[in-house]
Amino acid sequence: MSDGAPEVTSGGMGGTTGSGAALPEPALELDCRGLPCPRPVIELARHLGDVAPGEVLAVVAEDPAARADVPAWARMRAQEYLGEDVAVDGVARYLVRRRD
Amino acid sequence: MQDQTDPAPASTPASTPASAPVLLDAAAGRPLHPAALEVLDAALARGWADPRALHRAGRDARLLLENAREVVAGSLGVRRDEVRFTSPVDAVQRGLLGLARARLDAGARDLVLAPVEHAHVRHAASWWAQVHGGSVHEAPVGRDGRVDLDALERLARAPGTAAVALQLANHEIGTTQPVGAVALPESVDLFVDGSASLGLLDLPREGWAAAAGHATSWGGPGGVGVLLVRHGARWLNPFPGDPGPQDAGGALPDAPLALAAAAALRGTLAERAGVDARRRRLVDRIRATAATLPDVDLVGDPDDRLPHLLTFSCLYLPGDALVRELDRHGFAVASGSACTASTLEPSHVLAAVGALTHGNVRVSLAPEVTDDDVERLCHVLPDVVARLRAEVGL
Repeated sequence: MSDGAPEVTSGGMGGTTGSGAALPEPALELDCRGLPCPRPVIELARHLGDVAPGEVLAVVAEDPAARADVPAWARMRAQEYLGEDVAVDGVARYLVRRRD
Repeated sequence: MQDQTDPAPASTPASTPASAPVLLDAAAGRPLHPAALEVLDAALARGWADPRALHRAGRDARLLLENAREVVAGSLGVRRDEVRFTSPVDAVQRGLLGLARARLDAGARDLVLAPVEHAHVRHAASWWAQVHGGSVHEAPVGRDGRVDLDALERLARAPGTAAVALQLANHEIGTTQPVGAVALPESVDLFVDGSASLGLLDLPREGWAAAAGHATSWGGPGGVGVLLVRHGARWLNPFPGDPGPQDAGGALPDAPLALAAAAALRGTLAERAGVDARRRRLVDRIRATAATLPDVDLVGDPDDRLPHLLTFSCLYLPGDALVRELDRHGFAVASGSACTASTLEPSHVLAAVGALTHGNVRVSLAPEVTDDDVERLCHVLPDVVARLRAEVGL
Protein backbone atom coordinates (compact mmCIF):
# COMPACT_ATOMS: atom_id res chain seq x y z
CA MET A 1 0.00 0.00 0.00
CA SER A 2 1.36 3.38 -0.91
CA ASP A 3 0.47 5.98 1.63
CA GLY A 4 0.12 9.31 -0.01
CA ALA A 5 -2.47 10.68 2.38
CA PRO A 6 -1.57 13.85 4.22
CA GLU A 7 -0.03 13.58 7.64
CA VAL A 8 -2.36 13.97 10.54
CA THR A 9 -1.94 17.15 12.50
CA SER A 10 -2.36 17.17 16.23
CA GLY A 11 -4.79 19.89 17.12
CA GLY A 12 -4.26 21.68 20.38
CA MET A 13 -6.55 21.34 23.35
CA GLY A 14 -10.08 22.19 22.37
CA GLY A 15 -8.94 23.66 19.06
CA THR A 16 -11.90 22.73 16.93
CA THR A 17 -14.30 21.31 19.44
CA GLY A 18 -17.98 21.65 19.02
CA SER A 19 -21.03 21.46 21.19
CA GLY A 20 -20.64 18.06 22.87
CA ALA A 21 -23.11 18.49 25.66
CA ALA A 22 -22.22 15.74 28.11
CA LEU A 23 -18.84 14.70 26.72
CA PRO A 24 -15.60 15.84 28.38
CA GLU A 25 -13.09 18.10 26.65
CA PRO A 26 -10.23 16.09 25.14
CA ALA A 27 -6.64 16.59 26.15
CA LEU A 28 -5.68 16.07 22.53
CA GLU A 29 -7.67 16.24 19.34
CA LEU A 30 -6.51 14.64 16.08
CA ASP A 31 -7.56 16.24 12.84
CA CYS A 32 -8.19 13.36 10.43
CA ARG A 33 -10.45 15.25 8.05
CA GLY A 34 -10.02 13.91 4.54
CA LEU A 35 -8.12 10.80 5.60
CA PRO A 36 -9.49 7.53 4.24
CA CYS A 37 -10.35 4.44 6.27
CA PRO A 38 -8.51 3.08 8.28
CA ARG A 39 -6.22 6.09 8.79
CA PRO A 40 -8.26 7.78 11.55
CA VAL A 41 -8.00 4.62 13.68
CA ILE A 42 -4.30 4.28 12.90
CA GLU A 43 -3.74 7.87 14.06
CA LEU A 44 -5.73 7.15 17.19
CA ALA A 45 -3.47 4.21 17.97
CA ARG A 46 -0.31 6.20 17.20
CA HIS A 47 -1.28 9.07 19.46
CA LEU A 48 -2.84 7.20 22.38
CA GLY A 49 0.47 7.44 24.22
CA ASP A 50 0.40 11.23 23.87
CA VAL A 51 -2.27 11.51 26.53
CA ALA A 52 -2.01 10.32 30.13
CA PRO A 53 -4.15 7.46 31.47
CA GLY A 54 -7.54 8.88 32.36
CA GLU A 55 -7.26 11.66 29.79
CA VAL A 56 -9.41 11.93 26.69
CA LEU A 57 -8.20 11.65 23.11
CA ALA A 58 -10.45 12.82 20.27
CA VAL A 59 -10.37 12.20 16.55
CA VAL A 60 -12.21 14.35 14.00
CA ALA A 61 -12.93 12.32 10.88
CA GLU A 62 -15.13 12.45 7.81
CA ASP A 63 -14.47 8.79 7.02
CA PRO A 64 -17.87 7.10 7.51
CA ALA A 65 -16.18 3.91 8.76
CA ALA A 66 -14.83 5.76 11.79
CA ARG A 67 -18.29 5.75 13.37
CA ALA A 68 -18.10 1.95 13.67
CA ASP A 69 -14.36 1.56 13.86
CA VAL A 70 -13.44 3.93 16.69
CA PRO A 71 -15.76 2.12 19.15
CA ALA A 72 -14.57 -1.27 17.78
CA TRP A 73 -10.94 -0.21 18.20
CA ALA A 74 -11.63 0.88 21.78
CA ARG A 75 -13.24 -2.49 22.54
CA MET A 76 -10.37 -4.45 20.99
CA ARG A 77 -7.64 -2.33 22.63
CA ALA A 78 -9.42 -2.15 26.00
CA GLN A 79 -9.89 1.61 25.89
CA GLU A 80 -13.06 3.48 26.87
CA TYR A 81 -15.14 4.85 24.01
CA LEU A 82 -17.07 7.87 25.27
CA GLY A 83 -19.20 8.80 22.28
CA GLU A 84 -19.37 11.23 19.41
CA ASP A 85 -20.11 14.90 18.97
CA VAL A 86 -19.33 17.39 16.21
CA ALA A 87 -16.52 19.82 15.56
CA VAL A 88 -17.39 23.46 14.83
CA ASP A 89 -17.42 22.73 11.09
CA GLY A 90 -19.94 19.92 11.59
CA VAL A 91 -17.50 17.05 11.10
CA ALA A 92 -17.96 14.12 13.48
CA ARG A 93 -15.64 13.91 16.47
CA TYR A 94 -15.13 10.67 18.39
CA LEU A 95 -13.84 10.61 21.96
CA VAL A 96 -11.88 7.91 23.76
CA ARG A 97 -10.57 7.86 27.33
CA ARG A 98 -7.18 6.22 27.73
CA ARG A 99 -7.31 3.43 30.29
CA ASP A 100 -3.83 2.01 30.60
CA MET B 1 -5.65 -7.56 -11.20
CA GLN B 2 -2.34 -9.09 -10.28
CA ASP B 3 -0.33 -11.12 -12.74
CA GLN B 4 -0.02 -14.86 -12.57
CA THR B 5 3.71 -15.08 -11.93
CA ASP B 6 4.86 -16.62 -8.70
CA PRO B 7 4.81 -13.82 -6.16
CA ALA B 8 5.64 -15.93 -3.11
CA PRO B 9 8.24 -14.15 -1.03
CA ALA B 10 11.11 -16.11 0.49
CA SER B 11 9.49 -15.94 3.92
CA THR B 12 6.53 -18.07 2.83
CA PRO B 13 7.97 -20.96 0.84
CA ALA B 14 4.79 -23.04 1.06
CA SER B 15 2.63 -20.31 -0.42
CA THR B 16 3.17 -21.02 -4.10
CA PRO B 17 -0.17 -20.34 -5.73
CA ALA B 18 -1.93 -23.14 -7.54
CA SER B 19 -2.64 -22.61 -11.20
CA ALA B 20 -6.24 -21.63 -10.46
CA PRO B 21 -7.03 -19.46 -7.44
CA VAL B 22 -8.67 -21.18 -4.51
CA LEU B 23 -12.29 -20.03 -4.46
CA LEU B 24 -12.91 -18.57 -1.03
CA ASP B 25 -15.55 -16.16 -2.31
CA ALA B 26 -18.19 -18.71 -3.22
CA ALA B 27 -20.92 -16.67 -1.53
CA ALA B 28 -20.55 -14.05 -4.25
CA GLY B 29 -20.47 -16.49 -7.14
CA ARG B 30 -19.06 -19.82 -8.23
CA PRO B 31 -18.90 -21.99 -11.31
CA LEU B 32 -22.11 -23.81 -12.15
CA HIS B 33 -22.68 -27.09 -10.36
CA PRO B 34 -21.88 -30.00 -12.73
CA ALA B 35 -25.49 -31.15 -12.55
CA ALA B 36 -26.57 -27.77 -13.95
CA LEU B 37 -24.02 -27.94 -16.75
CA GLU B 38 -25.24 -31.41 -17.59
CA VAL B 39 -28.81 -30.30 -18.33
CA LEU B 40 -28.13 -26.83 -19.66
CA ASP B 41 -27.28 -27.57 -23.31
CA ALA B 42 -30.30 -29.77 -23.87
CA ALA B 43 -32.52 -27.33 -21.96
CA LEU B 44 -31.33 -24.41 -24.06
CA ALA B 45 -31.99 -26.37 -27.24
CA ARG B 46 -35.46 -27.38 -26.15
CA GLY B 47 -36.77 -24.68 -23.81
CA TRP B 48 -36.26 -21.43 -25.69
CA ALA B 49 -39.89 -20.66 -26.46
CA ASP B 50 -42.53 -18.67 -24.61
CA PRO B 51 -43.82 -21.18 -22.06
CA ARG B 52 -47.35 -19.81 -22.46
CA ALA B 53 -47.47 -20.54 -26.18
CA LEU B 54 -49.81 -23.29 -27.32
CA HIS B 55 -47.52 -24.70 -30.00
CA ARG B 56 -45.11 -27.55 -29.48
CA ALA B 57 -42.06 -25.40 -28.69
CA GLY B 58 -44.13 -23.55 -26.10
CA ARG B 59 -45.25 -26.82 -24.58
CA ASP B 60 -41.63 -27.96 -24.40
CA ALA B 61 -40.59 -24.81 -22.56
CA ARG B 62 -43.58 -25.16 -20.24
CA LEU B 63 -42.64 -28.75 -19.52
CA LEU B 64 -39.09 -27.74 -18.56
CA LEU B 65 -40.42 -25.02 -16.31
CA GLU B 66 -42.85 -27.39 -14.60
CA ASN B 67 -40.03 -29.88 -14.17
CA ALA B 68 -37.84 -27.23 -12.61
CA ARG B 69 -40.63 -26.15 -10.30
CA GLU B 70 -41.28 -29.71 -9.22
CA VAL B 71 -37.62 -30.37 -8.43
CA VAL B 72 -37.21 -27.11 -6.50
CA ALA B 73 -40.42 -27.72 -4.56
CA GLY B 74 -39.33 -31.22 -3.64
CA SER B 75 -35.87 -30.04 -2.68
CA LEU B 76 -37.11 -27.23 -0.47
CA GLY B 77 -40.04 -29.11 1.02
CA VAL B 78 -42.78 -26.88 -0.37
CA ARG B 79 -45.68 -27.38 -2.79
CA ARG B 80 -45.10 -27.06 -6.49
CA ASP B 81 -47.59 -24.22 -6.80
CA GLU B 82 -45.65 -22.29 -4.17
CA VAL B 83 -42.54 -21.96 -6.39
CA ARG B 84 -41.95 -19.13 -8.88
CA PHE B 85 -38.81 -18.33 -10.84
CA THR B 86 -37.80 -14.73 -11.23
CA SER B 87 -34.67 -12.61 -10.80
CA PRO B 88 -32.93 -12.83 -7.40
CA VAL B 89 -33.66 -9.22 -6.46
CA ASP B 90 -37.23 -9.41 -7.65
CA ALA B 91 -37.79 -12.51 -5.53
CA VAL B 92 -36.77 -10.56 -2.43
CA GLN B 93 -38.72 -7.42 -3.27
CA ARG B 94 -41.85 -9.23 -4.40
CA GLY B 95 -41.73 -11.70 -1.54
CA LEU B 96 -41.55 -9.11 1.21
CA LEU B 97 -43.60 -6.36 -0.36
CA GLY B 98 -46.33 -8.76 -1.47
CA LEU B 99 -46.99 -9.50 2.20
CA ALA B 100 -46.99 -5.77 2.93
CA ARG B 101 -49.32 -5.09 -0.01
CA ALA B 102 -51.84 -7.58 1.32
CA ARG B 103 -52.09 -5.58 4.55
CA LEU B 104 -52.08 -2.12 3.02
CA ASP B 105 -55.84 -1.82 2.71
CA ALA B 106 -56.12 -2.50 6.44
CA GLY B 107 -53.92 0.55 7.06
CA ALA B 108 -50.76 -1.34 8.05
CA ARG B 109 -47.78 0.41 6.45
CA ASP B 110 -44.82 -0.39 8.69
CA LEU B 111 -42.21 -3.08 8.17
CA VAL B 112 -40.09 -4.77 10.81
CA LEU B 113 -36.69 -6.29 10.14
CA ALA B 114 -33.23 -6.88 11.52
CA PRO B 115 -30.49 -4.34 10.75
CA VAL B 116 -28.32 -7.11 9.30
CA GLU B 117 -30.75 -7.94 6.48
CA HIS B 118 -29.34 -7.76 2.96
CA ALA B 119 -29.42 -4.35 1.27
CA HIS B 120 -32.07 -5.70 -1.13
CA VAL B 121 -34.42 -6.25 1.81
CA ARG B 122 -33.59 -2.95 3.50
CA HIS B 123 -33.92 -0.95 0.31
CA ALA B 124 -37.23 -2.62 -0.55
CA ALA B 125 -38.57 -1.89 2.92
CA SER B 126 -37.43 1.76 2.85
CA TRP B 127 -38.93 2.25 -0.57
CA TRP B 128 -42.25 0.76 0.49
CA ALA B 129 -42.39 2.84 3.66
CA GLN B 130 -41.56 5.99 1.73
CA VAL B 131 -44.13 5.40 -0.99
CA HIS B 132 -46.91 4.48 1.44
CA GLY B 133 -46.08 6.79 4.32
CA GLY B 134 -45.01 4.04 6.68
CA SER B 135 -41.89 3.35 8.72
CA VAL B 136 -39.23 0.69 8.93
CA HIS B 137 -38.49 -0.56 12.44
CA GLU B 138 -35.30 -2.48 13.15
CA ALA B 139 -35.01 -4.92 16.03
CA PRO B 140 -31.58 -4.90 17.66
CA VAL B 141 -29.02 -7.63 17.07
CA GLY B 142 -26.32 -8.90 19.42
CA ARG B 143 -22.59 -8.94 18.76
CA ASP B 144 -23.04 -12.29 17.04
CA GLY B 145 -25.61 -10.77 14.68
CA ARG B 146 -28.56 -12.71 16.05
CA VAL B 147 -31.73 -10.70 16.37
CA ASP B 148 -33.32 -9.95 19.72
CA LEU B 149 -36.40 -12.12 19.23
CA ASP B 150 -38.42 -10.46 22.00
CA ALA B 151 -37.78 -7.03 20.53
CA LEU B 152 -38.66 -8.25 17.05
CA GLU B 153 -41.92 -9.75 18.25
CA ARG B 154 -42.75 -6.61 20.23
CA LEU B 155 -42.28 -4.48 17.11
CA ALA B 156 -44.37 -6.96 15.13
CA ARG B 157 -47.27 -6.50 17.56
CA ALA B 158 -47.44 -2.74 16.97
CA PRO B 159 -50.73 -1.90 15.24
CA GLY B 160 -49.13 -0.41 12.11
CA THR B 161 -46.94 -3.43 11.32
CA ALA B 162 -47.68 -5.04 7.97
CA ALA B 163 -44.94 -7.68 7.72
CA VAL B 164 -41.67 -8.88 9.22
CA ALA B 165 -38.49 -9.80 7.32
CA LEU B 166 -35.77 -12.02 8.68
CA GLN B 167 -32.95 -13.81 6.90
CA LEU B 168 -32.24 -17.50 7.29
CA ALA B 169 -28.54 -16.72 7.62
CA ASN B 170 -26.41 -13.65 7.09
CA HIS B 171 -24.57 -13.27 3.79
CA GLU B 172 -21.57 -11.53 5.38
CA ILE B 173 -21.09 -13.05 8.80
CA GLY B 174 -22.90 -16.37 8.44
CA THR B 175 -24.98 -16.13 11.60
CA THR B 176 -28.35 -17.90 11.40
CA GLN B 177 -31.59 -16.32 12.57
CA PRO B 178 -34.32 -18.13 14.49
CA VAL B 179 -36.79 -17.87 11.60
CA GLY B 180 -38.76 -20.90 12.77
CA ALA B 181 -39.27 -19.48 16.25
CA VAL B 182 -40.78 -16.06 15.50
CA ALA B 183 -44.18 -15.69 17.20
CA LEU B 184 -46.23 -13.17 15.24
CA PRO B 185 -49.73 -11.80 15.71
CA GLU B 186 -52.33 -13.42 13.49
CA SER B 187 -52.44 -10.42 11.16
CA VAL B 188 -48.68 -10.21 10.52
CA ASP B 189 -46.71 -12.58 8.29
CA LEU B 190 -43.02 -13.41 8.00
CA PHE B 191 -40.84 -13.09 4.92
CA VAL B 192 -37.68 -15.19 5.02
CA ASP B 193 -34.70 -14.13 2.93
CA GLY B 194 -32.88 -17.32 2.04
CA SER B 195 -30.78 -15.70 -0.68
CA ALA B 196 -27.49 -16.55 1.03
CA SER B 197 -28.49 -19.90 2.40
CA LEU B 198 -30.93 -22.05 0.44
CA GLY B 199 -29.17 -25.27 -0.47
CA LEU B 200 -26.93 -24.82 2.56
CA LEU B 201 -29.51 -24.60 5.34
CA ASP B 202 -33.08 -25.88 5.56
CA LEU B 203 -36.06 -23.59 5.50
CA PRO B 204 -38.34 -24.32 8.45
CA ARG B 205 -41.50 -26.14 7.43
CA GLU B 206 -43.80 -23.64 9.08
CA GLY B 207 -43.92 -20.10 10.35
CA TRP B 208 -43.33 -18.09 7.19
CA ALA B 209 -45.59 -16.87 4.39
CA ALA B 210 -43.09 -15.93 1.68
CA ALA B 211 -39.40 -16.54 1.06
CA ALA B 212 -36.74 -15.79 -1.52
CA GLY B 213 -33.74 -17.71 -2.76
CA HIS B 214 -30.82 -17.03 -5.09
CA ALA B 215 -29.50 -19.90 -7.21
CA THR B 216 -25.91 -18.74 -6.60
CA SER B 217 -26.10 -20.08 -3.05
CA TRP B 218 -26.51 -23.64 -4.38
CA GLY B 219 -24.39 -23.47 -7.52
CA GLY B 220 -27.12 -22.55 -9.98
CA PRO B 221 -27.07 -19.74 -12.57
CA GLY B 222 -26.52 -16.36 -10.93
CA GLY B 223 -29.51 -14.74 -12.61
CA VAL B 224 -32.09 -17.15 -11.24
CA GLY B 225 -34.10 -16.27 -8.17
CA VAL B 226 -36.81 -18.33 -6.52
CA LEU B 227 -39.86 -16.76 -4.96
CA LEU B 228 -41.83 -18.95 -2.58
CA VAL B 229 -45.32 -17.88 -1.60
CA ARG B 230 -47.15 -20.30 0.67
CA HIS B 231 -50.42 -21.74 -0.53
CA GLY B 232 -53.23 -19.51 0.73
CA ALA B 233 -50.85 -16.87 2.05
CA ARG B 234 -52.07 -13.29 2.28
CA TRP B 235 -49.93 -12.02 -0.55
CA LEU B 236 -50.73 -9.55 -3.32
CA ASN B 237 -48.45 -8.49 -6.15
CA PRO B 238 -46.98 -5.17 -4.96
CA PHE B 239 -45.92 -4.13 -8.46
CA PRO B 240 -47.79 -3.50 -11.72
CA GLY B 241 -49.39 -6.63 -13.16
CA ASP B 242 -51.82 -9.31 -12.12
CA PRO B 243 -52.43 -9.46 -8.39
CA GLY B 244 -51.54 -13.13 -7.96
CA PRO B 245 -48.12 -14.73 -7.66
CA GLN B 246 -48.48 -16.28 -11.13
CA ASP B 247 -47.28 -12.96 -12.48
CA ALA B 248 -44.14 -13.07 -10.35
CA GLY B 249 -41.29 -11.32 -12.01
CA GLY B 250 -43.54 -9.45 -14.33
CA ALA B 251 -41.70 -11.22 -17.11
CA LEU B 252 -41.48 -14.78 -18.32
CA PRO B 253 -39.09 -17.01 -16.43
CA ASP B 254 -36.20 -18.40 -18.39
CA ALA B 255 -37.10 -22.08 -18.55
CA PRO B 256 -33.63 -23.49 -19.39
CA LEU B 257 -31.94 -21.54 -16.62
CA ALA B 258 -34.67 -22.49 -14.18
CA LEU B 259 -34.08 -26.14 -15.01
CA ALA B 260 -30.34 -25.73 -14.58
CA ALA B 261 -30.96 -24.08 -11.20
CA ALA B 262 -33.21 -26.93 -10.17
CA ALA B 263 -30.64 -29.54 -11.20
CA ALA B 264 -27.95 -27.69 -9.26
CA LEU B 265 -30.13 -27.54 -6.18
CA ARG B 266 -30.85 -31.26 -6.31
CA GLY B 267 -27.16 -32.02 -6.86
CA THR B 268 -26.05 -29.75 -4.05
CA LEU B 269 -28.51 -31.26 -1.59
CA ALA B 270 -27.49 -34.79 -2.54
CA GLU B 271 -23.87 -33.97 -1.69
CA ARG B 272 -24.56 -31.66 1.20
CA ALA B 273 -23.98 -33.91 4.19
CA GLY B 274 -20.40 -34.72 3.26
CA VAL B 275 -19.42 -31.44 1.67
CA ASP B 276 -20.79 -29.25 4.42
CA ALA B 277 -19.37 -31.31 7.28
CA ARG B 278 -15.96 -30.83 5.68
CA ARG B 279 -16.53 -27.13 5.08
CA ARG B 280 -17.65 -26.62 8.68
CA ARG B 281 -14.45 -28.25 9.85
CA LEU B 282 -12.31 -26.18 7.48
CA VAL B 283 -14.00 -22.94 8.51
CA ASP B 284 -13.31 -23.87 12.14
CA ARG B 285 -9.68 -24.38 11.18
CA ILE B 286 -9.44 -20.92 9.57
CA ARG B 287 -11.23 -19.38 12.52
CA ALA B 288 -8.75 -20.95 14.92
CA THR B 289 -5.86 -19.56 12.89
CA ALA B 290 -7.37 -16.07 12.68
CA ALA B 291 -7.98 -16.18 16.44
CA THR B 292 -4.24 -16.55 17.08
CA LEU B 293 -3.44 -13.34 15.19
CA PRO B 294 -3.08 -10.14 17.22
CA ASP B 295 -5.78 -7.49 16.95
CA VAL B 296 -8.17 -9.55 14.84
CA ASP B 297 -11.91 -9.26 15.36
CA LEU B 298 -13.73 -12.52 14.67
CA VAL B 299 -17.27 -11.81 13.57
CA GLY B 300 -20.42 -13.94 13.63
CA ASP B 301 -21.63 -16.97 15.52
CA PRO B 302 -18.91 -19.65 15.56
CA ASP B 303 -21.41 -22.53 15.50
CA ASP B 304 -24.91 -21.58 14.36
CA ARG B 305 -23.85 -20.27 10.96
CA LEU B 306 -23.59 -20.97 7.28
CA PRO B 307 -21.36 -24.01 6.84
CA HIS B 308 -18.88 -22.43 4.47
CA LEU B 309 -18.43 -18.85 5.64
CA LEU B 310 -16.22 -16.92 8.06
CA THR B 311 -15.60 -13.20 8.51
CA PHE B 312 -12.87 -11.45 10.45
CA SER B 313 -11.39 -7.97 10.55
CA CYS B 314 -7.74 -7.03 11.01
CA LEU B 315 -7.10 -3.83 12.93
CA TYR B 316 -5.22 -1.06 11.06
CA LEU B 317 -5.29 -2.82 7.68
CA PRO B 318 -7.17 -1.69 4.56
CA GLY B 319 -9.51 -4.42 3.35
CA ASP B 320 -8.51 -3.93 -0.28
CA ALA B 321 -4.85 -4.55 0.55
CA LEU B 322 -5.75 -7.83 2.24
CA VAL B 323 -7.86 -8.93 -0.72
CA ARG B 324 -5.07 -8.10 -3.20
CA GLU B 325 -2.37 -9.70 -1.11
CA LEU B 326 -4.33 -12.93 -0.67
CA ASP B 327 -5.16 -12.89 -4.37
CA ARG B 328 -1.44 -12.67 -5.08
CA HIS B 329 -1.05 -15.84 -3.03
CA GLY B 330 -3.78 -17.56 -5.01
CA PHE B 331 -6.78 -17.06 -2.73
CA ALA B 332 -9.96 -15.28 -3.85
CA VAL B 333 -11.62 -13.66 -0.82
CA ALA B 334 -14.15 -10.87 -0.31
CA SER B 335 -14.20 -7.87 2.00
CA GLY B 336 -16.94 -5.79 3.57
CA SER B 337 -14.61 -2.87 4.18
CA ALA B 338 -15.49 0.56 2.87
CA CYS B 339 -12.43 0.76 0.64
CA THR B 340 -13.67 -2.26 -1.31
CA ALA B 341 -17.19 -0.91 -1.79
CA SER B 342 -18.28 1.33 -4.64
CA THR B 343 -20.07 3.52 -2.12
CA LEU B 344 -17.03 3.88 0.18
CA GLU B 345 -19.46 3.10 3.00
CA PRO B 346 -18.51 0.26 5.32
CA SER B 347 -20.66 -2.86 5.46
CA HIS B 348 -23.89 -2.10 7.32
CA VAL B 349 -23.81 -5.64 8.70
CA LEU B 350 -20.38 -5.25 10.29
CA ALA B 351 -21.38 -1.86 11.71
CA ALA B 352 -24.67 -3.24 13.07
CA VAL B 353 -22.93 -5.95 15.07
CA GLY B 354 -20.29 -3.55 16.40
CA ALA B 355 -17.51 -5.26 14.49
CA LEU B 356 -14.45 -3.57 13.11
CA THR B 357 -15.33 -2.65 9.53
CA HIS B 358 -11.87 -2.03 8.11
CA GLY B 359 -9.39 -4.79 7.37
CA ASN B 360 -12.28 -7.12 6.74
CA VAL B 361 -11.93 -10.49 5.07
CA ARG B 362 -14.87 -12.71 4.21
CA VAL B 363 -13.99 -16.26 3.37
CA SER B 364 -16.67 -18.50 1.82
CA LEU B 365 -15.50 -21.92 0.70
CA ALA B 366 -16.54 -23.39 -2.62
CA PRO B 367 -17.47 -27.08 -2.33
CA GLU B 368 -14.23 -28.08 -4.05
CA VAL B 369 -11.92 -26.40 -1.53
CA THR B 370 -9.62 -29.01 -0.03
CA ASP B 371 -7.88 -29.50 3.29
CA ASP B 372 -4.60 -28.66 1.54
CA ASP B 373 -5.99 -25.36 0.24
CA VAL B 374 -7.02 -24.36 3.74
CA GLU B 375 -3.73 -25.45 5.27
CA ARG B 376 -1.95 -23.28 2.75
CA LEU B 377 -4.20 -20.33 3.58
CA CYS B 378 -3.59 -20.82 7.29
CA HIS B 379 0.14 -20.86 6.58
CA VAL B 380 0.06 -17.67 4.51
CA LEU B 381 -2.44 -15.60 6.50
CA PRO B 382 -0.28 -14.74 9.54
CA ASP B 383 2.56 -13.55 7.28
CA VAL B 384 0.23 -11.48 5.11
CA VAL B 385 -1.27 -9.75 8.14
CA ALA B 386 2.14 -9.22 9.76
CA ARG B 387 3.66 -7.81 6.58
CA LEU B 388 0.81 -5.37 5.95
CA ARG B 389 0.89 -4.32 9.60
CA ALA B 390 4.60 -3.62 9.28
CA GLU B 391 3.86 -1.31 6.36
CA VAL B 392 1.45 0.61 8.57
CA GLY B 393 4.06 0.72 11.32
CA LEU B 394 1.80 -0.77 13.98
